[in-house]
Amino acid sequence: MQELIYNVIPNVMGKLPTFYQAIGDTLIMALWSGTISFVLGMILGVIITVTRSGGILAHKGLYQVLDKVINFFRSIPFIILLTGVMPVSRFIMGTAIGVEGAIVPLVFGTVPFFARQIESALAEIDHGLIEAALSMGKSPLEIIFQVYLRESISGIARGTTITAISLLGLTAMAGVVGAGGLGDYAIRYGHDRNQTDVTYVTVLVLVFMVSIIQIIGNRIVKKNTH
Amino acid sequence: MIELQNISKVFGTGEGQVHAIDDVTLSIDKGEIFGIIGFSGAGKSTLVRCINLLEVPTGGRVMVDSKELTTLSAGELRSARKGIGMIFQHFNLMPSRTVFGNVAFPLKGSSLGREEKENKVRELLRLVDIEDKENAYPNQLSGGQKQRVAIARALANDPKVLLCDEATSALDPQTTKSILQLLKKVNKQLGITVVVITHEMAVIKEICGRVAVMEKGKVVEEGEVFSIFANPREPVTRDFIRTTSSLHKIEGLLAEDSPVTRIKPGEMIVRLSYVEKNVSEPLISTVSRNFDIDLNIIFSDIEIIQDAPIGGTVAIMSGDRDQIALAMKYLAEKNVGVEVIQDAGTNL
Repeated sequence: MQELIYNVIPNVMGKLPTFYQAIGDTLIMALWSGTISFVLGMILGVIITVTRSGGILAHKGLYQVLDKVINFFRSIPFIILLTGVMPVSRFIMGTAIGVEGAIVPLVFGTVPFFARQIESALAEIDHGLIEAALSMGKSPLEIIFQVYLRESISGIARGTTITAISLLGLTAMAGVVGAGGLGDYAIRYGHDRNQTDVTYVTVLVLVFMVSIIQIIGNRIVKKNTH
Repeated sequence: MIELQNISKVFGTGEGQVHAIDDVTLSIDKGEIFGIIGFSGAGKSTLVRCINLLEVPTGGRVMVDSKELTTLSAGELRSARKGIGMIFQHFNLMPSRTVFGNVAFPLKGSSLGREEKENKVRELLRLVDIEDKENAYPNQLSGGQKQRVAIARALANDPKVLLCDEATSALDPQTTKSILQLLKKVNKQLGITVVVITHEMAVIKEICGRVAVMEKGKVVEEGEVFSIFANPREPVTRDFIRTTSSLHKIEGLLAEDSPVTRIKPGEMIVRLSYVEKNVSEPLISTVSRNFDIDLNIIFSDIEIIQDAPIGGTVAIMSGDRDQIALAMKYLAEKNVGVEVIQDAGTNL
């Protein structure tokens, strides 16, 4: 059995520690930038929902600014963003390379996307629910937590699943700044050294990760749909 | 209890300006069930939202329970709103919460202890007669059940006023009746002032004491439901009354030349309408006995509004012309409205 595996994927088995390191790096990048992006994107998505005209905290100026900023960052291709935010990365993390250096650009690339996902999840909420909560004398903060977020858990879970999967894709690109990870691993060995088995195994691992994320997402959606 | 003074509400600016409410003044007494009726677009939903300031009027003053809401700060307004319950056409229950959770929702953050809250919720569910559905989600309920839950939720903060925005418009007639009965019970048992917005005259007839008729943002007619029914002044009010009464079918039948309306010389079609609260005498029998005329009833529609009958009869009258004239005079003395719809002329 052991022998068979060695024959099929010799280059992967030949340097297993590198392979594990790549998986670990991808997970670390995805978890850190994912967690930070989840919080920031959620806040941004909520603000942009409640400040739009007709919202419970309508504020034309703030809405316009956030809307434009989100559009701005969403229109920059990630590969440009990666190098573009290097100074910011150096300022916040102390370095612009490696796993730490990749987290800042990943957050910049993910937050605007996730904020839009949250915005569209919250837009699904029937305005009547907001009206009912207002008529009970609920404050804006209570409405955000008890109505907007609470009633859109399945929508948020859907948006989070989509974002997490696209974030996993972005981490592959982070190899450009020497961040390592599965993408870097596949390019460096699979492509550059023509070790195709590395590429195939990498793809399989990514497919597995995406499936896990999707399954968890679907579970949460199902559990919160009544 | 509720005083609206010179309320106006303008949407938009410049050319696209819409006067949703145009200088409305209304006074609603404590403990009454007050109806506001109007066709869609008349501004009634906007008006009811001005009572709890979900819509902020562009002009005028709103007083509820002797507090002027239009001058309150945001925080004060929120606590004032807890004293004004509201139910909606589409119920607006929180789909992710159970029936229990929905009724407990307004109590979140109140000073009541956990057990007190639970007791309160159960008591409300009992009041609206839906205790057995405590753990169901709104999507598992029928329209009528959802509205019951919404009523329980609206009552959770012990409000003094209950606003009902087209609360029965999405329900079938049978369920509408039961919800109206529940509103009546809530009004009687808890002494809550109820404001009912509707486009159905049947709803007004069923539970309201007084009614205001709205058209194009204005209140065009206002008064006791009985007198509005008996003596509608405005065309729009007559339109509404026509929707609930079959007495006006006769015009349609005449236009179609229906066999029931074909009359012979000497006969005439008359409409007798009861407009005062005193129709207890056997008028038809009395008339035909005393004046020796025949009354052939085509149809009749009598209803009980505020414990008094209202409605009328459409009949074919035949007999001696002098006697008919006397009979009409007699009926007029008894405050019965007499209207000759078609006269075939005297018998030659």
